[in-house]
Amino acid sequence: MSAHDHAAAPPHATLRGYLTGFVLSVILTAIPFWLVMGGVLESKQATAFIIMAFAAVQMIVHMIYFLHMSRKSEEGWTLVSLIFTLILVVITLAGSLWVMYHLNSNMMPGHETSVSPNEPF
Amino acid sequence: MSHALTDAQAAARDVFHDAHEHDHEAGGSTLLGFWIYLMSDCLIFAVLFATYGVVGGNYAAGPGPKDLFDLSLVAVNTAMLLLSSITYGFAMLASYRKQIGATQLWLAVTGLFGLAFLGIELYEFAHMIHEGATPQRSAFLSAFFTLVGTHGLHVTFGIIWLVTLMIQLGRHGLTRANERRLACLSLFWHFLDVIWIGVFTFVYLMGMLR
Repeated sequence: MSAHDHAAAPPHATLRGYLTGFVLSVILTAIPFWLVMGGVLESKQATAFIIMAFAAVQMIVHMIYFLHMSRKSEEGWTLVSLIFTLILVVITLAGSLWVMYHLNSNMMPGHETSVSPNEPF
Repeated sequence: MSHALTDAQAAARDVFHDAHEHDHEAGGSTLLGFWIYLMSDCLIFAVLFATYGVVGGNYAAGPGPKDLFDLSLVAVNTAMLLLSSITYGFAMLASYRKQIGATQLWLAVTGLFGLAFLGIELYEFAHMIHEGATPQRSAFLSAFFTLVGTHGLHVTFGIIWLVTLMIQLGRHGLTRANERRLACLSLFWHFLDVIWIGVFTFVYLMGMLR
């Protein structure tokens, strides 16, 4: 059956594809390491944003060239399950960081809302 | 269950259902099932990343990332994992060409890169623990060892699977079942590489920026 031929040899699994993915991921890995190890940028915040962007792009490169993700693989179900998982991941990560950051800043000793006359010095 | 039915009952069932079952013989949906397992694994890592993100700055007056991390070591480690990804790709390509020897050779090379990765990681852990930076030292270190250790554990199981598969290939050759297993391990191995991108970016590189 054509479905099994497809499973045995995904159309994206070519030497060219693997090499393209490898070269791209080497570049996308080397630049963030260079930025941090060399202290290239003055602003740490800018560096953090740039390396996060590089990580996101590299993850997509790996998905396409190594995991052979496409809209058509398994009739679209791999992509649907990936998108569902990504939504859960974003909720988990963003939610945890957001809630716990605010919890931390509101529970800090000496914070204006927690000042009481009995507070020890 | 359909095999419990008599022939007459089976014949009475609609033809569409019958044809549908033939289309999906054993293992036809294994890759999708394995992908969904990987997605659940992804959620485990998401929770560990979230934990690290929340308590990663709580050093309890102990050592922080700048005191502990050696980025050149992490860079070498990342290179090991990237190289193992491309060599696994070569193993897959060899298996498509039905070359068992070449497939096993590339799998062996992949396993060696994986072992090098694990060796460097264990060296790093041993070095940290020797300096007193144990998982019990601070919330940052607990979260660090849990996250990075879970990834390392996955790589360990990946290597065990890889060796098993090399033996299977030697015994039974490139049967359809073994091709399916190779494809599953390919997903697993490349997935671990994707997780490592998150680890070196969020834990190591961002840790040095704190």
